[in-house]
Amino acid sequence: MGNSRRSFLKVAGITALGIGTKPVLDVFASSGGHGAEPKPEVSQNEEALTAKKWGMVIDTRKFHSAEDLDPIIEACHKIHNVPELTEPKHEIMWLWGDEYKHVFTHKEHELINDRIKHLPFLVLCNHCEKPACVRACPTKATFKRDDGIVLMDFHRCIGCRFCMAACPYGSRSFNFRDPRPFIKEENKDFPTRMKGVVEKCNFCAERLAVGKMPACVEASNGAITVGDLDDPESEVRELLRSNYTIRRKPDLGAGPSVYYIV
Amino acid sequence: MYDKNKIVVGLVIFVAIVTFPFWYNLGKASSAPEPKLSEKAKAAKECVVPKKDMKQEHMQILDLWRDTVVRDANRIYKTGKGKTFNMSLSTGEDSCMGCHENKAEFCDKCHNYASVDPYCWDCHIAPKEKKPEENK
Repeated sequence: MGNSRRSFLKVAGITALGIGTKPVLDVFASSGGHGAEPKPEVSQNEEALTAKKWGMVIDTRKFHSAEDLDPIIEACHKIHNVPELTEPKHEIMWLWGDEYKHVFTHKEHELINDRIKHLPFLVLCNHCEKPACVRACPTKATFKRDDGIVLMDFHRCIGCRFCMAACPYGSRSFNFRDPRPFIKEENKDFPTRMKGVVEKCNFCAERLAVGKMPACVEASNGAITVGDLDDPESEVRELLRSNYTIRRKPDLGAGPSVYYIV
Repeated sequence: MYDKNKIVVGLVIFVAIVTFPFWYNLGKASSAPEPKLSEKAKAAKECVVPKKDMKQEHMQILDLWRDTVVRDANRIYKTGKGKTFNMSLSTGEDSCMGCHENKAEFCDKCHNYASVDPYCWDCHIAPKEKKPEENK
């Protein structure tokens, strides 16, 4: 045979080189510019309402009795699939009414005027500047967004209830039982919660994201205003400039973002 | 070999018993289920990523989307081809379930076969099934 060992090794070497370079060339071919699609992008809705620091002003002069609050509370609870549990220990509340002496504990005195004494005040999560619940949460399920809204990622909540112990306003509720059977009318555009999860007001983050005002604002006939506390021209700042307002337990240093005109 | 007959018979019986599950179930293996696409999904042809990647990575995509929506408030996903989607499992027309309308036919088919039990539907509300008899 004419084939020497030398020529066999030559051919074998070239073949091995050829096989070896193919994957390398493939990688170069696939990473290269021609025909490559642009990377997918994520963004906000164009019509989303944004602010540097969301805040709320509640004009309590426009409320006279508990009945005035009911439609607002109902609007909130209906949209967010909040169950209606009558057992006080199991109750779930995002927005509710309470008396002055319970809401403004540090400002209360027994000779306070009659209107204030019996007036129901709307209370909700205060979306604090320095939220104690966020520091207490061991899983980072609750967190503060850059725009000041204190939110919950229900997926991550393990139900330890540290946040409930930390919150000075009692704004959080725990699902001691499966809430689904207690929701009268499910809003299919918002998830429910499951047993063992804490929940609270989310400042209607899902509505702001599509350009809608929070449900309570829409249902309040102008008694509740939300806006950007960082923008001197905003409606909330105008209300704060022209009216005397108080906040709940400001001496605790949490920096609540909900203001009350009394 | 002593007791050759007994040993051979015994071995044959032993092998038969041990391999029983294999030949008993021969040819009965159920085929991997194929999720049934809704008309809307068929018409759209491609989901947020190609089908192959969707099959392998939909759980990671959902996980990523969840964080993007809840934490960063970004709710719109624009694919490389320029199509936009609402980054939501069950809200609205261009969410996952807006297109894949039938949970039993689309999600559950494979999940049941693979014996995975994601807890999505403990909280998210599944779209109403159009054919109730197909529910399990």
